[in-house]
Amino acid sequence: MVAIARKSGGANPLDSLRQKVAMPYLLLLPGMLWLIIFFLSPILTLVSTSTKVPGMGIGEFVQEYRWANYWDAITAMQTQFIRTFFYAIIATLLALAISYPLAYAIAFKSGRWKNVLLVLVVAPFFCSFILRTIAWRQILAQDGIVFKTLEFLHLISPDTRLTSSAFAVVTGLAYNFLPFMTLPLYASLERIDPRTMEASGDLYANGITTFRKVTLPLSMPGVVAGTLLTFIPAAGDFVNAQILGNPSTTMIGNVINAQYLQTTNYPLAATLSFILMIAILIIVLVYIRKSGTDELV
Amino acid sequence: MKKFNRWFGKNLIRIYAVMGFTYLFIPIVYTFVFSFNDYVRSNLVWRGFTFDNWTDPCAPLDICPALGNSIKIGLIATAGATLLGTLIAFALARYAFKGRGIVNTLIFLPMATPELVLGASLLTMFLDLGFNPGFWTIVIAHVMFCISFVVVTVKARIASLDPRLEQAAMDLYANEAETFRRVTLPLVAPGIAGGALLAFSLSFDDFIITNFNSGTTITFPLYVYTHAERGLPAQANVIGVSMFLLALFVVLAGQFVGRKRKVSA
Amino acid sequence: MSDASTSAKGDLQLRNITKTYGDFNAVDDLTLTIPEGSFFALLGPSGCGKTTTLRMIAGLEEPTAGTIHVGSTEITDMKPYRRPVNTVFQNYALFPHLSIFENVAFGLRRRGIKDVKEQVDKVLQLVELPHLAERKPTQLSGGQQQRIAVARAIVNRPALLLLDEPLGALDLKLRRQMQIELKWIQTEVGLTFVHVTHDQEEAMTMADTIAVMNEGRIEQMGTPADLYDNPQTAFVANFLGQSNLIKGNVVATDGDSHTVDLFGQKVKVNKNRSVARDSSILFGIRPEKIRIQENSHTNSGCVLEGGTIVDVSYIGVSTQYQVEMPWGQELMVFEQNDDGIPPLAKGDSVKLSWEPVFSFGLNGHEDASAGSEVNPTEDE
Repeated sequence: MVAIARKSGGANPLDSLRQKVAMPYLLLLPGMLWLIIFFLSPILTLVSTSTKVPGMGIGEFVQEYRWANYWDAITAMQTQFIRTFFYAIIATLLALAISYPLAYAIAFKSGRWKNVLLVLVVAPFFCSFILRTIAWRQILAQDGIVFKTLEFLHLISPDTRLTSSAFAVVTGLAYNFLPFMTLPLYASLERIDPRTMEASGDLYANGITTFRKVTLPLSMPGVVAGTLLTFIPAAGDFVNAQILGNPSTTMIGNVINAQYLQTTNYPLAATLSFILMIAILIIVLVYIRKSGTDELV
Repeated sequence: MKKFNRWFGKNLIRIYAVMGFTYLFIPIVYTFVFSFNDYVRSNLVWRGFTFDNWTDPCAPLDICPALGNSIKIGLIATAGATLLGTLIAFALARYAFKGRGIVNTLIFLPMATPELVLGASLLTMFLDLGFNPGFWTIVIAHVMFCISFVVVTVKARIASLDPRLEQAAMDLYANEAETFRRVTLPLVAPGIAGGALLAFSLSFDDFIITNFNSGTTITFPLYVYTHAERGLPAQANVIGVSMFLLALFVVLAGQFVGRKRKVSA
Repeated sequence: MSDASTSAKGDLQLRNITKTYGDFNAVDDLTLTIPEGSFFALLGPSGCGKTTTLRMIAGLEEPTAGTIHVGSTEITDMKPYRRPVNTVFQNYALFPHLSIFENVAFGLRRRGIKDVKEQVDKVLQLVELPHLAERKPTQLSGGQQQRIAVARAIVNRPALLLLDEPLGALDLKLRRQMQIELKWIQTEVGLTFVHVTHDQEEAMTMADTIAVMNEGRIEQMGTPADLYDNPQTAFVANFLGQSNLIKGNVVATDGDSHTVDLFGQKVKVNKNRSVARDSSILFGIRPEKIRIQENSHTNSGCVLEGGTIVDVSYIGVSTQYQVEMPWGQELMVFEQNDDGIPPLAKGDSVKLSWEPVFSFGLNGHEDASAGSEVNPTEDE
């Protein structure tokens, strides 16, 4: 009965328009062409470049379909790959830990300040990403205010370093992609009817149980979207490692960047890029499957 | 003490939120403070207070042309991505058609691909085709990676529309085109505006993809990055903070006008 | 393409309308004439096909088979915006981005009418909300939004006004008030109103004619009094008010009445108030028509003896009894609290009596519970 009612209620007068089969394809055509030409075919070019080998001249490469390039790249860059995903996962978890209470407070505790606070979450975006990263480097630097304070409190010894460290890289990653985490979290928390939480309290659940059994499950779509939107750019980033790191915090992004723009070893750069892309895709798809969200877009 | 504990427990989440915002704004505050630094060559050490950087933000060579490029690229890329993305969003939200899965995948993939790979692969193709990277290759790249975000934003808005509103319009003698113009479009407009804003901010702040496809063109993030090692002028801070304040002002003003209109009407 | 939005006038005729979704018939070979100027209600439980019927009249859905005419104009395949039909939507569907004035003016502007301001002002006067013209819909209360939805539709003077559960979102008190107002507006403007509802009280208060729908068909059509007093099917008897339906056999016919045997006790029913096709009959009597008395009393009219009260609910104006009969069936009795006699108690032995004119007979092969277990408050 319900299914039938929904069917009859959901039909649209634009039905007749819908029957014009060509219409959706006309709407899709320009955007899809753009993505096919400037996204899909570059990715295919990338794959084709990845199996090339150095030719006679300098900077010349010939197609030999050498798939062993992939094995070589993985063996050579094993450490960087592992480090990249390790950093990205830690940064994502850190961003989640910071963003969840923030999004929760905005959704439920901010009253009429809600919109202003939301704007404040996004606004730092506009003060250039690189400027903010540089600012962090200066703030955490040996002669910066954070270091001096901690040193004065004897919390760190003068020869520890806050910048040029894995710590700085991971916090930098978490910081830079924070809005990507906070906004989807807020969107899904905001949709929760506060009465469901009251009902849970009414049914003898304490605050923590209510959170675990009601709030968190209902906000899962936001958690999934937020962690993905943070993890993906974090895993492909090289700017944070460049500005806040040291040679032993090199991420795969730095390697790819250097291979492209400095060493100009295009096949290696392409190979590494494609491995990174596939690895991220696999992680993302497994994660989506596990978390039970099938709506991708 | 007990009273304090109770208060603390009740406001824990608020305290946490304040800490979160503090964390978000520390670099902004730092950037703001150092925009008044009377710097020499590099803006790393505090040398004294001055307004000079604010009164003459274009003093360092190339900085204002770079900003100009960023704004131009941002506006063109936003217009393109918003148009293409909105069309796709309407197709996905309003029509049943074959190949929906392929379209969804093609929208999803650019968002799941690191910018580095997007930028690098596009550069590889441009080089293969013998294209010289520059202003327009940046625009092309920005439209490409912004489309998906526009689609997602606009599609959500269309999906939340009550179909009865369009039915009511048709019931009240509006044909398909009029229904779209008078009812559908105005109601979807906030979603389109949101998508456009998102596209502009992504484009304006993009460094990685731009870095690959810029050739000799310099945008503001590129300027900041290349000068970071040699000594960044405080004018960069001035521009960064100005953009931040401008964005804050625009959005808050929009909110305020919206609320005002609601009350007075 | 012809435009009937202003020209067509006359009775609404549905001829053999069928609407199929997959292998489910939402509306099944429906033929119906709604006279011009009447207030007509389509009444039925959720899923009975009444909303689908309305949407086909509005042009928001296409019939699988059959035709729809207004007067002599066929509108079956016409676009919604070309029909002389306007709809008051469930939840009103007011345009949130337009002012009340612009909402009401919407249809006039689309048709290129000249004196928009004058007409909108007039209709806002009619619904008594001229002071809200500049507001946005979200700033109005539910009742006000409802009136604006009506104003937005009737300002176009359509041949037909369709109302889809128009009062469903209002609370009981406001609903009563709006029922009276809608009825008044209908008399005032003289348009044909077709009203879809699952609320039998709403239909009975407002409509001149009610069609009771069930499973895509019309069970019975008539005036509210006719439907209530002479139900033709168990569904109608149970869906409109409440009925006691008892299985029995016609054992004799003399003059203009049947004698019916109900588990050994004899009662009478008027011949022209019975639709039983053979001796098998469902004998019906409304709860409020029954008198309830202790066994010792003597009675006129029809009597059923040997009842035991199993439940008593005192609800102010009346007392409702559940009486278990010797054959195990429980009957409902509503007794007005107007005789000063204290209500009977649970466990009392009673007999039930009524005037024979009040009883009716239905086809004995029908399911006696049809229409009684559907939840009339469920939204479609």
